[in-house]
Amino acid sequence: MSTPPRKFVKGNEAVAMAAIEAGVQCYFGYPITPQSDIPEYLARELPRKGGIFIQAESEIASVNMVLGAAACGVRAMTSSSGPGISLKQEGISYMAGSELPGVIVDIMRSGPGLGGIDASQADYHQATKGGGHGGYRIIVLAPGSVQEMYDLTMLAFDLSDQYRMPAMVLADSVLGQMKESIVPHPRPQVELPAKEWAVRGTGGAHQNVVKSLYLGDGEMEKFHWKMHARYQELAEKESRWEEYQTADAELMVTAFGATARIVRTAVEMARAEGIKVGLMRPITLFPFPKQAYAGLSVRCKRWLAVELSTGQMVDDVRLSVARDVEVDFYGRPPGAGSLPTPEELFEQIKKRS
Amino acid sequence: MKQIFAKPLSLKDVQTHFCPGCHHGSIHRLVAEAMDQFGIAEQTIGCASVGCSVFLYGYFNIDVVESPHGRAPAVATGVKRARPDRIVFTYQGDGDLAAIGTSEIIHAANRGEKITVIFVNNTTYGMTGGQMAPTTMPGQKTSTSPYGRDVNNDGKPFKMAELLSNLDGVAYAARVAVNSPKNVLQAKKVIKNAFQYQVEGKGLSFVEVLSACPTNWGMNALKANERVGSEMIPYFPLGVFKNTENL
Amino acid sequence: MRYDVFFAGYGGQGVLLAGNLLSYAAIHEGKNVSFFPAYGVEKRGGAAMCTVVIADGDTGSPVVGHPSVSVILNQLSWDKYADKIKEGGICLVNSSLVNLAGVTLPGRELLVIPMNQVAIDLGDVRMVNMVACGAYAAASGALQLDSLKEALKDTLPERNHRLIPANIKAIEAGAAAVFSARKA
Repeated sequence: MSTPPRKFVKGNEAVAMAAIEAGVQCYFGYPITPQSDIPEYLARELPRKGGIFIQAESEIASVNMVLGAAACGVRAMTSSSGPGISLKQEGISYMAGSELPGVIVDIMRSGPGLGGIDASQADYHQATKGGGHGGYRIIVLAPGSVQEMYDLTMLAFDLSDQYRMPAMVLADSVLGQMKESIVPHPRPQVELPAKEWAVRGTGGAHQNVVKSLYLGDGEMEKFHWKMHARYQELAEKESRWEEYQTADAELMVTAFGATARIVRTAVEMARAEGIKVGLMRPITLFPFPKQAYAGLSVRCKRWLAVELSTGQMVDDVRLSVARDVEVDFYGRPPGAGSLPTPEELFEQIKKRS
Repeated sequence: MKQIFAKPLSLKDVQTHFCPGCHHGSIHRLVAEAMDQFGIAEQTIGCASVGCSVFLYGYFNIDVVESPHGRAPAVATGVKRARPDRIVFTYQGDGDLAAIGTSEIIHAANRGEKITVIFVNNTTYGMTGGQMAPTTMPGQKTSTSPYGRDVNNDGKPFKMAELLSNLDGVAYAARVAVNSPKNVLQAKKVIKNAFQYQVEGKGLSFVEVLSACPTNWGMNALKANERVGSEMIPYFPLGVFKNTENL
Repeated sequence: MRYDVFFAGYGGQGVLLAGNLLSYAAIHEGKNVSFFPAYGVEKRGGAAMCTVVIADGDTGSPVVGHPSVSVILNQLSWDKYADKIKEGGICLVNSSLVNLAGVTLPGRELLVIPMNQVAIDLGDVRMVNMVACGAYAAASGALQLDSLKEALKDTLPERNHRLIPANIKAIEAGAAAVFSARKA
């Protein structure tokens, strides 16, 4: 058989494998369930590749170590889950303000507070609206399979370097803990801009400063408009999504991440009964693929957003679809026993058909 | 005419924004002289903190990373690990290092990060307008201790150099002042030693520098300078608290 | 084709290892597979469950509400999950640890196998998960027994490869138990 080599791995391991393949030089992290497989894998493998692994004293320290390493122009990353991601928001805001690349992985668990270790999608707003202070956005990629945990982690590094802003891989404990067989592709050849802004410590006439403080008249405003333009460029060039059975759909279900996987099976069940239903799965949550939603909603007027929360992404869906479209919502707040089943979502589809 | 006094090459030819009588300017100069002396300006990366010292990049001819409040030792860890061949230092005030950044400095020190930390202790938050710092003296009035620091309520001032000297990862910990020519000469030697420890790849080197803040102390430059000697040094004794090798 | 199986027992029964074995066997057959584990916070003795989906095409949902086959290894799992099996599905139950007490599962095939006893007869109760895997493959037809045997190398850590012959016997005994249960 000439099938490509496959590996049967956890989603979290796929993230770590992709980071190494992407050439991550520094990982800084702190243990928290359900993402600890990522630091565990990298603690074992990264030093063997000549990379740096530090288990920091806190989430705050780890993200600031990423800031320092990223300022030097190397590929650096951290990972965590809800409570830890909240602590990292300070550093993420500074990285955004300093136009630094860097990858942050959020394997969402339920919250608020300590919450629980069950899957959740309730960090959507925090991730996509700029979770820290000051008004900024970061690239947010939402994998839907273990293969995508691998592929999108790799992409996160490239996009982050390309657009000089932090990128987040936003997954959940289902995707982090489940195992699937993947093809660990080699790092794609992508032409990226040279990091001429990085600190080098070579002195001389030209000084490089990585900073987010802008005090001069109009400086801060200029920065914001520059970033605004960059976000628009991102939306135009990098929006990604997947459609399934959308061509003749009379009801469009939209969901991201693990939830989209469950929806997909529900759509198959409905199709088997002749119900014309499709699935629209955003892969980039920032930039949100607004144009694709707008396009699909020209023809299909009945929509259903499904999330593992009481409704966050649905806001973006409603802002993106045509004005005469009604977007219904079905959600299960995160927590033990609240993961919806395909049968349950099939019932929700049937009710609306 | 013979030139007998010159600006260190590591410093830019600009006026500082510091208040009259502030010691930051002198401390900047001593750090720059140490860099000149070792010829390391061309291999140094600075980590600025939040406070009056944030403008490090405005005065030093080196590449600088600005850090979030208190996080400079974590940022410097990232820098040094990514670029182990560079000389990396942080320059932090007392609010930054001894309050919000306590965790970062203690853990960077405990890991023995091969960085140099210049810690400027002026017993107050300078940039935000003179609030109580973890190093504010007992009884000292600040805008948030209007009746004087009450040690029953706020605890006693942190002695960071002594505290850090207890950690195995710290190769060098000292406290100096720049309030007199004698103390300046001693400070110059100590700061030079601190960088030498890093050049030689020992552990973390830490220099606490007692500094005047006339504006927030409500004193003129001379009175503020006097206070360093009369009030601060008796509580924060000068000296080398850790010296793993005799330099 | 798309097969799904829900495996449930308590921590220490090798439920997750069983799920891994089925997954590797499916990979050996060139199928796509998803393995979704769930377990209590305890390291030992808590609930342990996993769902494995095997498909020629897209595996779709890693979560299954009404499994087509459930393998139930202890009483708690029987009480909680037996009636979730879908109409026309199969329930493989470890009667060594489950008191069926006359409970029937209308519309589903109930295969009662004393899995612990089968494993004990082969010399080690810890092979109960292998007995269950053999029984699953035989009952569902989702996987070849040979694929399971082949997959042992991938699933067991190298230090345990010496146990492979014994595990193969346990897999075969599980399959045989299904044939005799169906004959009865």
